[in-house]
Amino acid sequence: MILYVLLAFAYAFLYIPIVVMMVFSFNASKLVTVWGGFSTKWYAELLTNEKVLDAAWLSLKVAVVSATIATVLGTLAAVVLVRFRRFHGRTLFAGMVTAPLVMPEVIVGLALLLLFVAMEQAIGWPAGRSMTTIVVAHGTFSLSFVTVVVRSRLDRMDASLEEAAMDLGARPLRVFLSITLPLIAPALLAGWLLAFTLSIDDVVISSFVSGPGASPLPIVIFSKVRLGISPDINALATIVVALVGVAMAIAGRVALGRR
Amino acid sequence: MTGRLGRFLVGLPPYLWLALFFLAPFAIVLKISLSQPDAGIPPYLPLWDAAAEAGRQWRGTFDNYARLAEDGLYLAAYLNSIRIAGIATLACLLIGYPAAYAIARAPTAWRNSLLLLVALPFWTSFLIRVYAWIGILKTEGLLNALLLWLGVIAEPLQILQTDLAVIIGMTYSYLPFMVLPLYATLEKMDLSLLEAAADLGCRPFKAFLAVTLPLSMPGIIAGSLLVFIPAVGEFVIPDLLGGTDTLMIGKILWSEFFDNRDWPVASAVAVAMLVLLVAPIMIVQNARAGAEDKAGGKGRR
Repeated sequence: MILYVLLAFAYAFLYIPIVVMMVFSFNASKLVTVWGGFSTKWYAELLTNEKVLDAAWLSLKVAVVSATIATVLGTLAAVVLVRFRRFHGRTLFAGMVTAPLVMPEVIVGLALLLLFVAMEQAIGWPAGRSMTTIVVAHGTFSLSFVTVVVRSRLDRMDASLEEAAMDLGARPLRVFLSITLPLIAPALLAGWLLAFTLSIDDVVISSFVSGPGASPLPIVIFSKVRLGISPDINALATIVVALVGVAMAIAGRVALGRR
Repeated sequence: MTGRLGRFLVGLPPYLWLALFFLAPFAIVLKISLSQPDAGIPPYLPLWDAAAEAGRQWRGTFDNYARLAEDGLYLAAYLNSIRIAGIATLACLLIGYPAAYAIARAPTAWRNSLLLLVALPFWTSFLIRVYAWIGILKTEGLLNALLLWLGVIAEPLQILQTDLAVIIGMTYSYLPFMVLPLYATLEKMDLSLLEAAADLGCRPFKAFLAVTLPLSMPGIIAGSLLVFIPAVGEFVIPDLLGGTDTLMIGKILWSEFFDNRDWPVASAVAVAMLVLLVAPIMIVQNARAGAEDKAGGKGRR
């Protein structure tokens, strides 16, 4: 019994702050902790705020492109680590794939920015801080997370299916495309979603590699939040939470429906 | 295209990408950490002075590292980061363990939903979840209003902008990382062991200490690492919830870079963090992975 009380406490701890924020997004008063009646004016204000809408659109584009790059490269890296047991530079490769998982974000952000500055001086690319630099940075750090997800799936996969295909004369590329890929597809999807979430949520690395012309949504929110809380951020946060909730519900339905 | 060439072509793209965008940047960080600061753009001098009369001349310096060692601020920030992250990890364990245990012992039909409820906040924005605490913790915020109304306190407490607020924020943000691995080990546990202990006259609490706790050790270690590692280098939480005197190493790096525009010292801080923080963690991780591989290999035979 006491166990369930403790569990309820954990859920309360996890959800009360989010619920409070959602409730206050409908507050008519500009004072964020005093209730001044129900209103949706902050939502209306938000939807006419060009800066926020532009930032949200940029974030979405960056997240889709960088998650796709991370999924392709991360999957290749996972195949290399699971299937190719011995090759020159394996230790270095394994280290480079796992290091971003434990690397503080401030270091990754600083290192990438210094690289971009050095490259721009040397070869003129990338020109300044733009969507390109954010995509490259996000693709790099989320690659490792995709590799973890795909790797565990490859590890648990039944190797005899691949062996059977090869015994029947299928070439390695064919085996990969028609046997391996369909089997690990759920892991690829999970990895892509993880990379997408990491990208669309990232503040620290984006702060280093984004410029005045290209500010993703978290940067816009962060610079506002640093000045204190404001009701339109509550509204924005509520929209984000609602979107995630709906997406998770659909994903859950699909997953349960398949079973 | 079997064999070597095929393998080479598969491995090449991720290898090149990581070498260029992950390895090379650290070489540049190392280089800049040895450079002298400068007022120009970029704000550091090249290591080799090409314009010197006697050919190229070495202009590197260890001054930036000397500053880290001499100025007590950096050491204090490093130790304080470890302290705060350690307390947050312990708090996550204290809240997360009973929760994971309760989920693992709940009816099977409920478990997935209960677990999803723990993971759901992780998929919503991290920044927004930290932000939500500002309204709760500030002096005229909801927590103080509640405590005043209950008569527990006579005057509002200063919680926001203290280390306590940072610890609360970290515990909140990283709790799912603790619960998920704990659940994974607790769920796999063989319950007949507890029955055996009970049959032999062991009281439930003692059985927990003697059987459940040791068996869940891998989950405790995995969860603690997942919380501790990102918490130590955290920037957003101390920046939003902590005060100006909340020293954390991630915040120091940030302000050296953005506020002081001192790229060489920021780079030196990054190198020091790599050596003192990331390297030990990677060594521990590798040792654990190696031990698990061995144990797993034996188990499979």
